Amino acid sequence: MDRNHLVNLLSQCLPRESILTNPEDVKPFETDGLSAYKQLPWIVVLPTEESQVQAILRVCHQNKVPVVARGSGTGLSGGALPHEQGVLLSLSKFTKIINIDVLSRTAVVQPGVRNLAVSEAAAPLGLYYAPDPSSQIACSIGGNVAENSGGVHCLKYGLTVHNLLKVRIVSIEGDILELGGDSLDAAGYDLLALVTGSEGLLGVVTEVTVKLLPKPQLAKAILAAFDDVEKASSAVANIIAAGIIPAGLEMMDGPATRAAEAFVHANYPVDAEAVLICESDGTPDEVADEMDRMKAILESSGALELRYSQDEAQRLKFWAGRKAAFPAVGRLSPDYYCIDGTIPRKTLGYVLKRIYELGEEYGLEVANVFHAGDGNLHPLILFDAAKEGEFERTEAYAGKILELCVEVGGTITGEHGVGVEKINQMCSQFDDPTLACFHGVKACFDEDGLLNPGKLIPTLHRCAELGKMHVHHNQLPHPHLPRF
Amino acid sequence: MNSIEHISDFVKECSSHNRTIKISGSGSKSFWVDSHADQLLNMQDYAGVIDYEPSELVMTVKAGTLLTDVNRILEKEGQVLAFEPPTFGGEGTIGGMVASGLSGPRRAYAGSVRDYVLGIRLIDGIGQDLHFGGKVIKNVAGFDVSRLMAGALGSLGVITEVSLKVMPKPQYEKTLRLSMNESQAIHFMNQAASKPLPLSATSFYQGELRIRLSGAEVAVRAASKELGGETLENADQWWQSLQNQTASCFDLTKPLWRLSVKSTAQPLGLSGQCLIEWGGAQRWINSEHTPSQIFKVAQEALGHAQLFRQGNPAQPLGSPLATSLIPIHQRLKKNFDPKGIFNPGLPGNF
Ligand SMILES: Cc1cc2nc3c(=O)[nH]c(=O)nc-3n(C[C@H](O)[C@H](O)[C@H](O)COP(=O)(O)OP(=O)(O)OC[C@H]3O[C@@H](n4cnc5c(N)ncnc54)[C@H](O)[C@@H]3O)c2cc1C
Repeated sequence: MDRNHLVNLLSQCLPRESILTNPEDVKPFETDGLSAYKQLPWIVVLPTEESQVQAILRVCHQNKVPVVARGSGTGLSGGALPHEQGVLLSLSKFTKIINIDVLSRTAVVQPGVRNLAVSEAAAPLGLYYAPDPSSQIACSIGGNVAENSGGVHCLKYGLTVHNLLKVRIVSIEGDILELGGDSLDAAGYDLLALVTGSEGLLGVVTEVTVKLLPKPQLAKAILAAFDDVEKASSAVANIIAAGIIPAGLEMMDGPATRAAEAFVHANYPVDAEAVLICESDGTPDEVADEMDRMKAILESSGALELRYSQDEAQRLKFWAGRKAAFPAVGRLSPDYYCIDGTIPRKTLGYVLKRIYELGEEYGLEVANVFHAGDGNLHPLILFDAAKEGEFERTEAYAGKILELCVEVGGTITGEHGVGVEKINQMCSQFDDPTLACFHGVKACFDEDGLLNPGKLIPTLHRCAELGKMHVHHNQLPHPHLPRF
Repeated sequence: MNSIEHISDFVKECSSHNRTIKISGSGSKSFWVDSHADQLLNMQDYAGVIDYEPSELVMTVKAGTLLTDVNRILEKEGQVLAFEPPTFGGEGTIGGMVASGLSGPRRAYAGSVRDYVLGIRLIDGIGQDLHFGGKVIKNVAGFDVSRLMAGALGSLGVITEVSLKVMPKPQYEKTLRLSMNESQAIHFMNQAASKPLPLSATSFYQGELRIRLSGAEVAVRAASKELGGETLENADQWWQSLQNQTASCFDLTKPLWRLSVKSTAQPLGLSGQCLIEWGGAQRWINSEHTPSQIFKVAQEALGHAQLFRQGNPAQPLGSPLATSLIPIHQRLKKNFDPKGIFNPGLPGNF
């Protein structure tokens, strides 16, 4: 396909100035939050109306041109990485909050609305949107749907999939499909669940109806310091085992704590080897009660020091370091690489220890800051891309960590998605028939494979090649571990 | 059939001879949906807990396990299935629970079956053993096919194993009763839900609104003061009778319709007894109205309707799918069950 010809066709769908092709104009779209992968887009389109999205997709469908949807580009798995011969479809102009209905506690928003903007708009009504990725000031609701994003409060309040009622998508044929509904369930298959987390492979999200929750009367946090990550890990398991579902339960290891402290001066205990932030919310009495129970468990699990937020300012300060932990770690080294495996909570201590050991083997430093209550790890590997071979070593180390997650019964991605980044590890998590079934599901929505090709599901051929390679080097001990 | 190999061989055999299969748990929901097929696949022998560690909040079970057995095992550890699935006579299986996608009184406040499904093992229409999702709470690897199986009524495959998220049992519960009319009740339920109160179930029937509160005792007490009304004694009985449809308000001699609507929808104005649940979002009606009348009313209330029980043998009937969605349903059915052998005649077979 000739680019100029395609641009001409697209100019019939939307104004010419909303179609970008100059290298300097398309450059900002060459990467998402995972900057190790870059690809200059061929064509970028910036529609403002759903009908334009329909027209664009029709043109791409007729001409067999790949399409990559993009929200805010904060994704951490290269999901929005452009296709070299495709159209990058940015939803960034879809920023209207269409409606907030107080009585039914729902908001109808366009896909480019920032996650935090929904909660801000709902705040005067005493409501908020619960899933709160750390990137919430920037990431879009459309991106959240596509990734099934989580946040620090999702142990208690669920992931994106639990907080959606309805999604409108435009199919690759340009048709509008409404999935879910205004009621709690809809007729037919649960396509809403299927599309949530589908990384832009099944359709382009153009409107989202989210559930809003009443803001809890009060939230308080405990900051607990430990001299050992394994003790902190068992404290996490002990809290859950006691029947408590904290509003937030996050861990930072020593390196992450020190980095965060140096960055935001939250007064973190810098000599600790692990810090837990445990949040409780509800009525004042309920919070007091739960805080007491958590205190007792943290102490008996070996916490050296406990601090309690005395007021809202202090609570936010506890969180400030946690929320800024990624950039804080980013200051320690020229580059860092963030991993996202989830493991059964009982294996936390073991897996963290293995991560440190592997780090020594690979000669790379690592800091851990993560959703401990969910067992969702985020090891941040520090490296310098300018040093020859260091990125490759980092990738190999990251791959090992993901395989470790699968080995202990977990998964290669808890919330950041597969994208292009973890496409190889999909081969170790799923067997061929299951992968083939995924391809079949994809074809039900997009027969020609035009929506975000090359992401999320590896070809069986790719897995076979990888398998050969791994067996050859005798590196992958459990190629097809059963997960049940 | 007590092993995956058996089930898979059986499906392969049926598939190669183009024989249809009725997948059956205990048959506890056959009053609602029932299929007539060449062969019966009874899942009850494939039963038992595979893995359960309370501190993980995850249980993995074989699909033929009785729901009552699961509930008992959880109870010992102070945990529950938060969506309160109906047990219909105590015989429902976990596979049937997931396939039917039915949830109980707590659904509006804690989520539905599909919200708690973490992973599924499935035999597809050509006998392949597939694994989706996993055993951890957060998992976005691959398409979320596990949740797609919830409510698909076995039309896409034989669910053989399920991993579910489980939750701590609420520490304390209390049910309030308040007298009011239907539209006041709908407003009250929605308004209560927009305040930070520990609601866990609501119902309205014959002028009485009932609200269950669950959680820390202090929070329940504070909320009950705020909401007013009187305490309902023996409240568990009431909620269980709704969960399992044994309450006398379900007149089993007349067709029983389930309308799933926007929670704030005004009274539907259909003649017949109406029971409201789920904060207004689920309405049961014993009514002789024609299906098309019911579907129209459901659509106007921004929802859909299903015929849930009727006097004569079950003939599944529900609001028509949006035409735009039919091709995708057909293709999905074909992807998982290319020869169309599973549960002929049930919704999901397009
Ligand atoms: C500092 C930092 C912290 C983060 N913390 C978290 C966290 O706590 N939890 C978490 O879950 N994630 C986190 N993320 C990851 C990221 O923010 C989320 O994945 C987010 O949902 C991506 O949204 P986006 O709008 O930036 O999507 P993009 O990056 O633009 O796109 C992500 C994927 O969604 C697809 N997509 C985007 N919009 C649409 C649409 N309208 N229709 C169809 N497909 C679409 C794209 O094709 C791509 O595959 C973090 C990222 C950063 C940089």
